[in-house]
Amino acid sequence: MKINRREFLKASVALGGGLSLEFSFPLIARASLSAKAPVTEVNAWVVIHPDDRVVVRIARSEMGQGTYTALAQLVAEELDCDWAKVSSEFASPNEHIRRKRIWGSMSTGGSQGVRSSQDYVRKAGAAARVMLINAAAARWKVPAAECTVERGVITHGPSKRRLRYGEVAAEAAKLRPPQDIPLRDPKDWKIAGKSVHRLDIPDKVMGKPVFGVDVALPGMLHASIAQCPVFGGRLKSVDAGAAEKMRGVKKVVREPDFVAVVADSWWRADQALRKLRIEWDAGTNGNASSETITAMLREGLADPKAPLARKVGAVDTALAGAARVIEAEYASPYLNHATMEPQTCTAWLKPEGFLEVWTSTQNGEASLETAAATAGLPPEKVEVHKMMLGGGFGRRGGPQDFVSQGVKIAMALPGRPVKMMWSRDEDMQHGFYRPASMVRMKAGLDARGNLIAMHTRVACPSILKVLMPQALGNGGIDFTAVRTFTDMPYAVPNQQVDYAMRNGHVPVGFWRAPGQQNSFYRECFIDELAVAAGKDPVEYRRAMLKADDRNRLVLEAAAKAAGWGTPLPQGIHRGVAVSDGFGSYAAMVAEVSVSARGELKVHRIVVAIDSGHVVNPDTCRAQAEGNVIYGLGTILNQENRIRNGRIVESNFHDFPLPQISDMPKVETVLVPTGGFWGGHGEPAILPLVPAVCNAIFAATGKRVRSLPLKNQLS
Amino acid sequence: MLKLNVNGKLHQVDVEPDMPLLWVLRDHLGLAGTKYGCGIALCGACTVHVDGAPVRSCVVPASAAEGKAVVTIEGLAANGLHPLQEAWIEHEVPQCGYCQTGMIMSAAALLAKTPKPSDADIDRAMTNLCRCGTYARVREAIHAVAASPASAAAKKAQA
Repeated sequence: MKINRREFLKASVALGGGLSLEFSFPLIARASLSAKAPVTEVNAWVVIHPDDRVVVRIARSEMGQGTYTALAQLVAEELDCDWAKVSSEFASPNEHIRRKRIWGSMSTGGSQGVRSSQDYVRKAGAAARVMLINAAAARWKVPAAECTVERGVITHGPSKRRLRYGEVAAEAAKLRPPQDIPLRDPKDWKIAGKSVHRLDIPDKVMGKPVFGVDVALPGMLHASIAQCPVFGGRLKSVDAGAAEKMRGVKKVVREPDFVAVVADSWWRADQALRKLRIEWDAGTNGNASSETITAMLREGLADPKAPLARKVGAVDTALAGAARVIEAEYASPYLNHATMEPQTCTAWLKPEGFLEVWTSTQNGEASLETAAATAGLPPEKVEVHKMMLGGGFGRRGGPQDFVSQGVKIAMALPGRPVKMMWSRDEDMQHGFYRPASMVRMKAGLDARGNLIAMHTRVACPSILKVLMPQALGNGGIDFTAVRTFTDMPYAVPNQQVDYAMRNGHVPVGFWRAPGQQNSFYRECFIDELAVAAGKDPVEYRRAMLKADDRNRLVLEAAAKAAGWGTPLPQGIHRGVAVSDGFGSYAAMVAEVSVSARGELKVHRIVVAIDSGHVVNPDTCRAQAEGNVIYGLGTILNQENRIRNGRIVESNFHDFPLPQISDMPKVETVLVPTGGFWGGHGEPAILPLVPAVCNAIFAATGKRVRSLPLKNQLS
Repeated sequence: MLKLNVNGKLHQVDVEPDMPLLWVLRDHLGLAGTKYGCGIALCGACTVHVDGAPVRSCVVPASAAEGKAVVTIEGLAANGLHPLQEAWIEHEVPQCGYCQTGMIMSAAALLAKTPKPSDADIDRAMTNLCRCGTYARVREAIHAVAASPASAAAKKAQA
């Protein structure tokens, strides 16, 4: 049986959906459109070629975190195929919609890629394996129980006959998918749990055109875009006279909130864009500044009516009776994601009323929905080609602004593919920033220095209010603004957390480990308390953590691996922090020195992580290394300031990224204890900032309570 | 009409003399391995070789490359992979990978001049920016290639 993809889709829609595993028709898969031999979709995740090559469909996006490989490892583990013959391809968002969301979630954020799809992808691999064995048994007319499989070769024990997966895939696909197949115990894993080479790396080192900005289509045009520099402002007028006469310029697209120039190369489009005389109506936000935003947050800190996010015991009474009360205020600025690949979207409105989109997205389904809504087309008439992301970090998931812009531009030039890419300055000034925030923490210690009460008030814009209002909790609590305080693992009998939501006009978004600034605040404040109590910072924390708390396990593991308490070379000092989040537990010891001129050098980072299971240890270590440098940038000198309603910074000269010379030695200690699935894309950044700042205190006696450092130490 | 020698092939392109080399490569010659990151020579994602020297092609006018040999990531290895590309795979250097072609071009230029670079040499030459934090592995992979006799022979054979 051999049908083409269009017919296949019709067939699956006609059947009215249902369980994903029920769709098991052979088809010509994307991976093989150019290949000659027919290939078989055994189920939605597993496609097998006659020569035994296995293609695993990946619904989540790949932005360097390794999900494209890790999910394939999990499928291949249960499938029991030859890993050397496995490749991945992105699942089609269009097919996803047509097949009733067969691939589960396409959203790629919150370090969820592996942990929230591991169950169904492993089941898909296992189901395919059983179907392949059953197909071989049926061909041999023997009981399936007499057959075994190893690395894609099925053997009938008694007769020693053998069949390869590629030989029985077409028959297997016609069988009813089995239910309730036991999954392998992770301790028996042969492919998962191993540091196999990532599947996406060879293309990337060869410079193959895999990213959103690399799309090339026949007759394609290029667009550069300018949005109102003041958030919320509108376009008043454009004088395009000079620009329209420039070489290669095809069109100036005017929309209420942006202007784009379309030309035959991106440089020509961008040159012409900069020649436009644009008048913006800044609206009501033209006077906002960093000072007005700080004042707004400070007012929030003083708000006695700030809603309760958590209450345990009686904080006020306990504070009144405490032997000592310690209070501190901490703050963080707005921060851009600064993905190395700027926002981009290529769109092509085809004459037959079908829209094709190519984009670097953390959520292919959300991109498709945005594209369809923008074009006024039913989702079935839209395809989104998921490209590799040149960095994501949360910028390309919730907000799909770049998709709606790309589609609007293409709609102005129907029939022509147009690739839109933002310039760096546009990207720096039109982010969905990590929220600026302030907290005030007040702690009561008893006579022996034990923490008996902690009152925290958070003043912070709400990400959920901007991107997911339906997820806002009762009483308007945004959990991303108060986490780490509301779920503090330390045994403190009296706790209160208030949340003063203060939303400025600056768009905020999910920025790698949303809410991570709270780890900075809490873990530095705990350090202040340890110092006040005259206790060792590791011991002070350990004493407040239950014996079976994984926070305690990773704290002990990091302290041990770092040699906490052992002598250090002259001038080098340690700091520690522990923080859980995104399903995992992370503790870190930082070793730093601060020069006489106040320059910080981070020498060594030891991080211990318990994520329950580890699918690819090397990728997890790489994520820890990445989290270290991403966090270090926020310590050194990154901030986005506001003046006249707009972002001040415009490129890497005023929003500097750490360089290779800033990279410390990172030692990652993976201590997976099993029984749960935690993430790796974000957890290691949680303890980074406080561990380094606590080490700075050990080195200098200076308490860093607001970031970035800039010249605070000089 | 500009005449450019890119990866050993002569191209005639009808572009403005001040169009940066990056955009000639990407939009006119279809060589997308060289990336745009900042447009002002800060990040190095656009690094290519011009007469063997690493340059940031986003600020080099295409006309300045006339009569010179331009090499991009696509032409770094005559056949197969350059030892650095092999080491990049072996050490799992890239994460998102966007800046990595520029990194590799900078590293190749460094090794051509300084076959056994010290950490300080690497710090000086490798000013490319990476948001994912691959720096430790970049350093490791460069040292690995520098230390490998097989790679040194391969480099010689290619030269």
